[in-house]
Amino acid sequence: MRALPAVARVYVCLVVLGAAAVLVIGPYEGIAPETLILLAVVFVVAESIARLVDGGRTGISPSLSVSLAAVVITGPVGAAVVGLCSSLLLRRQGLVKRLFNGGQLALTGYAAGHAFQLLGGEQGVPDRSDFPWIVLPFTASILVHTVVNVLLVTTLMWCLGVVRIQQVRTVRWRPLAVLELSSMGYGMLGLFIAAVWGLVGAFAVLLVLLPLFIARWAFDQYIAEQRAHDATLATLCQAVETKDYYTRGHCMRVSKASGMIAQELGMHAERVQTIRYAGMLHDVGKLGVPTKVLQKSGKLTEEEFAAIQLHPMRGYEIVREIGFLDEALAGIMHHHERMDGRGYPMGLAGEEIPEFARIISVADAFDCMTSTRSYRKARSIEEAIAELRRCAGPQFDPRMVDALISAVARDGWETPDAVEPPDDDLVEVAQQDHDDPSVPLRVAKEAERS
Amino acid sequence: MTPGVSSPRTRQQRGPSRQRFDPTRVVLIAVASAGAAGSLCWTSLTGFVEPHAALAFGVLVALGELARITLPGNREVAPIASAGAIGYTFLVTIGGEPVHHSPAQVIAVVAVGLAVGELPHVAVGRTPRWSDLARRLLIVAIIAVAFRPSTLWLEPSGPHWGYKLSMMGALVMLVWLVDSAIAAAIRAERLRTRFTVAYRDEVRALLPIGLAVGASGILIALASSVMGLVALLVFTAPLLVTQVAFRRFAEIRLTYLQTVRALSRVTEVGGYVETGHSRRVSRLAQAVGCELAMRESDLLELEYAALMHDIGQLSLRDPIPSGATVLAPPREQRRIAELGSAVIRETGVLDSVADLVRRQCEPYMGDGDDGPPPLGSRIIKVANAFDDLVGESKDRDRIEAVLQRLRMDTDREYDPAVVEALASVLNRPAPRWSGVRLLSGTPLGSGGSPSMAEPAQEGARDG
Repeated sequence: MRALPAVARVYVCLVVLGAAAVLVIGPYEGIAPETLILLAVVFVVAESIARLVDGGRTGISPSLSVSLAAVVITGPVGAAVVGLCSSLLLRRQGLVKRLFNGGQLALTGYAAGHAFQLLGGEQGVPDRSDFPWIVLPFTASILVHTVVNVLLVTTLMWCLGVVRIQQVRTVRWRPLAVLELSSMGYGMLGLFIAAVWGLVGAFAVLLVLLPLFIARWAFDQYIAEQRAHDATLATLCQAVETKDYYTRGHCMRVSKASGMIAQELGMHAERVQTIRYAGMLHDVGKLGVPTKVLQKSGKLTEEEFAAIQLHPMRGYEIVREIGFLDEALAGIMHHHERMDGRGYPMGLAGEEIPEFARIISVADAFDCMTSTRSYRKARSIEEAIAELRRCAGPQFDPRMVDALISAVARDGWETPDAVEPPDDDLVEVAQQDHDDPSVPLRVAKEAERS
Repeated sequence: MTPGVSSPRTRQQRGPSRQRFDPTRVVLIAVASAGAAGSLCWTSLTGFVEPHAALAFGVLVALGELARITLPGNREVAPIASAGAIGYTFLVTIGGEPVHHSPAQVIAVVAVGLAVGELPHVAVGRTPRWSDLARRLLIVAIIAVAFRPSTLWLEPSGPHWGYKLSMMGALVMLVWLVDSAIAAAIRAERLRTRFTVAYRDEVRALLPIGLAVGASGILIALASSVMGLVALLVFTAPLLVTQVAFRRFAEIRLTYLQTVRALSRVTEVGGYVETGHSRRVSRLAQAVGCELAMRESDLLELEYAALMHDIGQLSLRDPIPSGATVLAPPREQRRIAELGSAVIRETGVLDSVADLVRRQCEPYMGDGDDGPPPLGSRIIKVANAFDDLVGESKDRDRIEAVLQRLRMDTDREYDPAVVEALASVLNRPAPRWSGVRLLSGTPLGSGGSPSMAEPAQEGARDG
């Protein structure tokens, strides 16, 4: 804030001066001073608690309800006073930021108050006769409140050079709509706080906001638990693959690549998340394959190949009790099917193979080829893509291959560092990789062996 | 293991009196259903007053019951139904018109609402949780009996509001404490843990949602006097948000548990430990933890730690013989524990679980400067040793022999209190033992392979 551009300085001054002018001019008649003070105190407390609860991550807070209650009870000037009080907030903040926040909220409240009264809303605690028509001017005042607030803040951002106008095209509408709706909801509660205010005074705010604060708290708990879950899942998956030095980090990268493909295909965010989990877990069953089979360098016998073919089923058996995986389970079970029906474990072909499985199989092969194996160096991304293109059709679904290629072209792909296993008896090195499409597993035929 | 095979014999042995019989639960359900039936009869005889309000609140209660949620720890709550019921109890005026419903009418309306809301659940095959349902009705009954008579001599509006508000607040707090106490008594009976511990757990688990429900209930009653019945819709909204947040939290908590449970099986698939070992150890450890009156949060950590206690074996080159760590040399045991703990610590969120796993093989008085290992570690040590030595066997003699062996080592290796708790868990009649599964919120064993189904319980049954 110290290196504030001149434009921004002027703008902040203007806002603060405007707010001051509004407050000086008044008029203050018809506003009970004790009501005003009470509202201001409640507003500051609500805002401070909101900051405490969620650390100020989201722009809106339940205190919006209080400031809109002030619009109804005390009119435009009262709302301006309450808004200004946000500069007295109980948190550490620079003076300029405080002043601007107070000033812009004062102006916002003032504008909302005028909108309310212009459409026939009356200043004061609403009573029975006001319902339900009071809802109309009140809705208008919420809209004005939101618009003015957004305008004032965006202008500051623009002055600071944080936001540029041309970026508006890439706005994500969904989160914005959610934000707007919830701010409408919070705003609406302001009317009802005002209605109950006549009965129980400031307790109204407590009663209305308590469930919301608790909801926030519970939501934070949910987010924290979600993060803990994801971290634990990733760690356990990595623990499974520590055995083979070369495949470390494989599950994370397959998870990432699967997510990229799913996003490229325009899947819903929830499904993208599920396929990330599926990619993470796709090889947990590999632990059931005996180490000596994985380490064998020559041709595999039928039995050994069968042991490898079993791993998707093993993985499925491990994770099938995890309820949320749902669609991902099929993806884990069938990630080694081929489009021409010569894959395992079921030999499904074409569209019979679940969508998730087709995605994972491409991501799996891509990561395998771009990382180092004991029997070969890592290939470049171009080589891997060429190989995927070559196999698209008989082995991979071309749609998924195309999606991966365009996602990688846009977002890039971080290949893992080439690894040299240390001389340690803990480390094991596989001599072939069942995921590698360029070096398929060789199985000795019955005829050859005999 | 199918119940049909083992139950006739065991029932004969134990006799019907040893069947699951939790007195508090039975008394609670009896009182609640008697109250509901009595109020219904009384009200239908004397007639319903203000039927519109009764209908509106009844519908709200039914919808709330329909949308009930299950919090972690398998606690069923229906915040909207409870708030609606509390709102109806505290209702003094609707849009300025005084209302005069009796306590009996409140109980009758709420009971019918709950029953109607329960119907769809029953239709899709979910059995009602009778004790939770009874508690929901009971708290409303207490408030109704305490509050409704006072509306006769209180003015509908005016200076009495402050007094009335504080009365409502006090009543809500009081019933919340009573409710927690009943819930704790039922829980203590079911899990065989101490009442005070269960009470603290219940209070902690139900405080946030209880506050939200109480505030919304009072608000609905107050706002109805200004806005009429629209208030029902309006003030259910914040509570709905709260409920969604809690529901999501409960879901992710369950998912977390499922994930850890599932992935704890990788050691079995990899051939490091016997099939079902992690789960058996986890169940035993939890039962012992309950017996030793551990708190709910500690029990959850214990469950995680017990499920993952052998995860360190993944880093071994070759599985140790039969996977029984108890037979491995102490140095090897220590190394497995350290490796497993390092894996768990890697998550960045399970530090105390990692600590439990790290110290699982220390002797119970401790062997370093750190002092004795935490109770959780001591429990895992005993449960792991027991399961390594007994495995899936159901032979009573073998169980006794292993217990004897553990007892002989109590001077140094095993905590005597934990071993005795294990003995009493194993001697307990089976249904109580299996009640432990209710802790985690999901019926275990329903999806698992038959071979994994609670062999220790089977062992206890044979005795």
